[in-house]
Amino acid sequence: MAARRVRRALAWALLLALGAAPVALANTTAAALQSAPDFTRPDLAGKPVALRAYRGKLVLLNFWATWCGPCLSEVPRFAAWQRRFGPAGLQILGVSMDDGPAPVRAAYQKFHLNYPVVMGDAALGELFGGVLGLPFSYLIDPRGQIVDRFEGEPDLKRMEMRIQALLPHAPGP
Amino acid sequence: MNFRAIPFILACALCLLESSAPIAAQAAPASSIPSAALISPAVLASRLRSAAASKPLILQVGFRVLFDEAHIPGAEFAGPTSKDSGLALLRERVAQLPLATPIVIYCGCCPWSHCPNIAAAFQALQALGFTHVQVLHIRDNFGANWVQAGFPVTKTAAATSSHGS
Repeated sequence: MAARRVRRALAWALLLALGAAPVALANTTAAALQSAPDFTRPDLAGKPVALRAYRGKLVLLNFWATWCGPCLSEVPRFAAWQRRFGPAGLQILGVSMDDGPAPVRAAYQKFHLNYPVVMGDAALGELFGGVLGLPFSYLIDPRGQIVDRFEGEPDLKRMEMRIQALLPHAPGP
Repeated sequence: MNFRAIPFILACALCLLESSAPIAAQAAPASSIPSAALISPAVLASRLRSAAASKPLILQVGFRVLFDEAHIPGAEFAGPTSKDSGLALLRERVAQLPLATPIVIYCGCCPWSHCPNIAAAFQALQALGFTHVQVLHIRDNFGANWVQAGFPVTKTAAATSSHGS
């Protein structure tokens, strides 16, 4: 328990040292989007997935595509985080910007993804202020507020640190 | 030698190739494009603003979903050139054009060094003999380096018509 507290305190200390306040957003587009817009889309099995269903969890909403090299370097790590931090309240939700689901299904199998992936399109991208390049992820807190975004070359270290700092429950050992 | 084993060996080899093939296309890297062929977003935007400057044909050679969300006004979709179907679309679009036509191609789907489309499009136009091809150098992505820089954009009309519920 004490070790957990120390880890959490260290994560916060590092976060503050980097000057990344929890509500700091990268640009004006994101700043205008404090509350995550809700949407419902079918997952790869056709089951409807609503963003609002994950209220109470920390959501990493990841826009990606199978044609995006940097995206493919991220998704195995996301699957690992889902396993590790899922019990502490993390929910990763993938939005594929591929033209169709066939390559996405193949990637889902290949990378052993363990979180829902829905198909996105231009309208969904616009709903989130414009997804005009990948990879692109939003971190949404348990109240549905966007608290961070990650764009371009993945900085998985920073992303993991933010997730750990914002988890609703303490992660397991 | 047991020739009856050959089909089995070939089938195994094909399976291995298939399973090891990356899902993202392995295209020529954007770094293979000569720097003399690159044009920056600021320079292109200025050229488009200028009443005196001649306007190039602008082709977005990336992915349809990103084009629908936002593209440079006047740009046409001609991709994705990491796929044969996209290359065919690009070749079809330029088939009737004089080889000296000024053309600017761009993608912006991903960070420059990871773009699967742009070098393929440049090489295709070079191979066809086009002599005035420029490539918009988008370092991070179209959103970050064009839209957020305040340069003009338009979108495909249908892009907003199908929001999720």
